[in-house]
Parts: sequence; C-alpha cells; structure tokens
Amino acid sequence: MFAIVDYDTGNTRNLQKAFAYLQVPTTLTADPAVLAQADAVILPGVGAFAAAMTALQDRQLVPVLQQLAQAGKPMLGICLGMQLLFERSSEYGDHAGLGLLQGQVTAIPSDLGVKVPQMGWNENELQQPDSSFASIDGAYTYFVHSYYAVSPVEQIVATVQHGVAIPSIVQRQNVVGMQFHPEKSGQVGLQQLASFKEMVSANDFSSN
Amino acid sequence: MLAKRIIPCLDVADGHVKKGVNFVHLTDVGDPVAIAAAYQQQGADELVFLDISATNEQRKTMAALVEQVSAQVFMPLTIGGGISSVADMQRLLKAGADKVAINSAAVADPALIQAGAEKFGNQCIVVAIDAAWDATAQQYRVYTHGGRQATDLDAIAWAKQAVALGAGELLVTSMDRDGTKAGFDLSLYQALGAAVKVPIIASGGAGGLADFVAVFQQSPVDGALAASVFHYGELTISDVKQALRQKAVVVR
Repeated sequence: MFAIVDYDTGNTRNLQKAFAYLQVPTTLTADPAVLAQADAVILPGVGAFAAAMTALQDRQLVPVLQQLAQAGKPMLGICLGMQLLFERSSEYGDHAGLGLLQGQVTAIPSDLGVKVPQMGWNENELQQPDSSFASIDGAYTYFVHSYYAVSPVEQIVATVQHGVAIPSIVQRQNVVGMQFHPEKSGQVGLQQLASFKEMVSANDFSSN
Repeated sequence: MLAKRIIPCLDVADGHVKKGVNFVHLTDVGDPVAIAAAYQQQGADELVFLDISATNEQRKTMAALVEQVSAQVFMPLTIGGGISSVADMQRLLKAGADKVAINSAAVADPALIQAGAEKFGNQCIVVAIDAAWDATAQQYRVYTHGGRQATDLDAIAWAKQAVALGAGELLVTSMDRDGTKAGFDLSLYQALGAAVKVPIIASGGAGGLADFVAVFQQSPVDGALAASVFHYGELTISDVKQALRQKAVVVR
C-alpha cells in the first residue's frame, strides 16, 4: 500500500488513477499511523509553495514526514510535492521546505526567451546512467510549473532544458522527486512510477 | 525545449463522441475512452473534449466521461463547451480534467476568467476565442455561441484582456478557415503571438501535412488542434509529427 498525503492541495484523483492502472493500491491519508505503515509515501501538490507548507503544518505533518524520510521510508514528491522536499523556496517570499533534499526552489527566469510557466512536453536528459529511472533518457514528460529546484548535481537524475537546465527527477537515497506529472505523461510517466514501485519492492535505493 | 503540441478535438454529446471516428475498428464509433486511448497510442499530446450539448443534465454526463477517460488515458485533458461558472470548472477539474476552456461565458462575464484563475491557477484556465476577419472594420471580430453571435470585440484586444485577467492559454479558432481545409489562418496567429505571451493553440483549417508545418514555422503558436482530418483517418498524428520533424519542428 502506498499512502498519498492528503492535505487538501491539488488534484490527487489522477495520481490515484495512475497507481490503480499500475495495480498499486493507494490510500489518501493524513494519519501519521497510516503513513508510517505504508510501503511508500507519495507527496502530491499543485499551487503555491507557502500555502502547501502551511497546509502540512496545520495537520502537524512536517515532523511526521521528516522523521519517516530519515528513518528510510521511500518517499516520492510530485510537481509542487517535489519542490516541498527541498530546504527553501523563494516563491512569494522566503519559505522553509521539508529539507529532505539539499537545495532551494527559485523562479524559472523569464528573460531567456522561454514562456513561464513551462507548460507542455519536454525532453529528458539522463544525468546518472546507473539510475533506476534510466528509461527516461530522451523521452518527453509533461510539465506545468513556474519554479524549479536548484540542486547539487549528485541529487539530479535527469534534466530538461527550458531556458535553464531544470531538474526533472531528483533523488537522495530513499527520497525521490519528479517535477513533471507522471500521471499525465503517457506510457513514459507510468514507467517512472513503475520504476519507483520496483525500487520500493526491492528496497533498493542504491543507484543514487 | 518544449515540444509543439498536436491536439485532436472531440465533440461530445450524451457522453458519446459525435462525428464518429473511423481510424479505429470500434464497435461503438463514439466511445470516448477507446477513442482517447487510440489517440494516445498515435502520439497525441493532449485531448480537447467539447461538450456540444446544451443542458445541465448532459454537463454532468461530461464529468462522468472525464472520470472514465482519465482512468485509462494518461495525458492532459481540456474540457470546453457550456462552462459558465466556477462550480462547473471545479466539477470537471475534480473529475480529472487538467484544463477548462471557457468561451461565451467569459465574453459575457470576463470576471469569470479571474475567478477561475484565482481558485485553480492560470494554468487551468483556457480562454477559447472564435474569430473571423471583418474586412470593413479591418479587424478580427469575436463571435460567441458556437460562432452564431457576433460581438463588438476585437479578437486581439480580447486576447490581451483575457490574459491580463488570468487566462493561462488561448485556444483560437479561425471561423473563416474552420471546415475549409485551406490551412490555418497564419496572420491571425502572428498577430496574437505579438500581443500575448501565453501559449496559443491554433484551430481551424487543417487539411494536410503542409498546413501543420506552416503554422509552426510561420507563426509562434504552441499547438495545433484539428478534428476531422484525424477522425476520418485522412492524417494520423504520427504522420503530422514525422512531417514536422523533417522540417526541424520539435515534436514529441
């Protein structure tokens, strides 16, 4: 069972449908006991960084997620959920994140001839050939975002070019983030979720 | 670099796709899930479902259709047709739509654009514009109600206003070209591209591969939408993408 964190931000239905399609049972929950028992914790999210962190704080979930990740619980943040894994964000002010990945979240520069938000399909370049997500190399995934993660290279599994190099998959041991929407990225997106599921089943996060 | 998007448009009434689709061997030629899956297989980048029915009852059917399609087909879905309130938008987005397209209701009440953008984010709100060239006024005039009702609005000015209010994308149909297969209205999209910075989807006039190449090479649109050329199997999405790739247009 994968637990999808229920904190009232964004549409989790499509993510649940994607896992259902992959025959991975999910439950939508904000209950720390259920999160602790899950095989993996999925952190979704759309909208603004600060509002999402406030919503997590209101449910006393910030220390819960931090302790679970530090204890080795597999965790996957998606889109804004990935950004929340980082230390800070400069979206409308300066806000602390969960601090499970090193680095911060900042605006995509709009003076480089690209449209912001980045909205559409972009081509991934694999940065870590031994990654369990290697199937993403050269494949397109679907993005909708205005901010991106500035991360140490050792956490960056794959990137896309949108004015700057934007990390599309990040990983630090058991903590994984996807900036794109795997539930909206066709077979390639489903494959990335399946790869995460295999890592969880094998309890093997050694590739990064 | 972002890929240019190729977007089939499906007209829906009573939960079924109208105008049939005959490139797949379907027992029910109007089955939305099967048609969406076939388009995903062909490489469509996004799907637009347009509710051509007029009643509230049928709009609820549309939400059920979105639920079903999004459980089997994992790509962006835009729903348009008859959306006239934030509650309409919420029902469709909750059912699994990624974007909602508003047209006549936005012209009647531009504040609806802002209300939707504030609640769901700009990226969810597509403003659809039906426009035709008015030779007397020397401007593109906006039409509503499926093209039946002329307004006083200049399409370029309306596009700017819609974006200022929070539209995250524009889906602009040339009524002069729609159904003609004479190619996209390049000057319309050139004018729009100079006026706004949000993504623009061109619609109306697709007839052959060269039309897709022309609209991407000669105007700054982000996507091209078509219906009949795809439904009747005259072109496949992969044909279009191959032709674009040969002309160095970036596609998925």
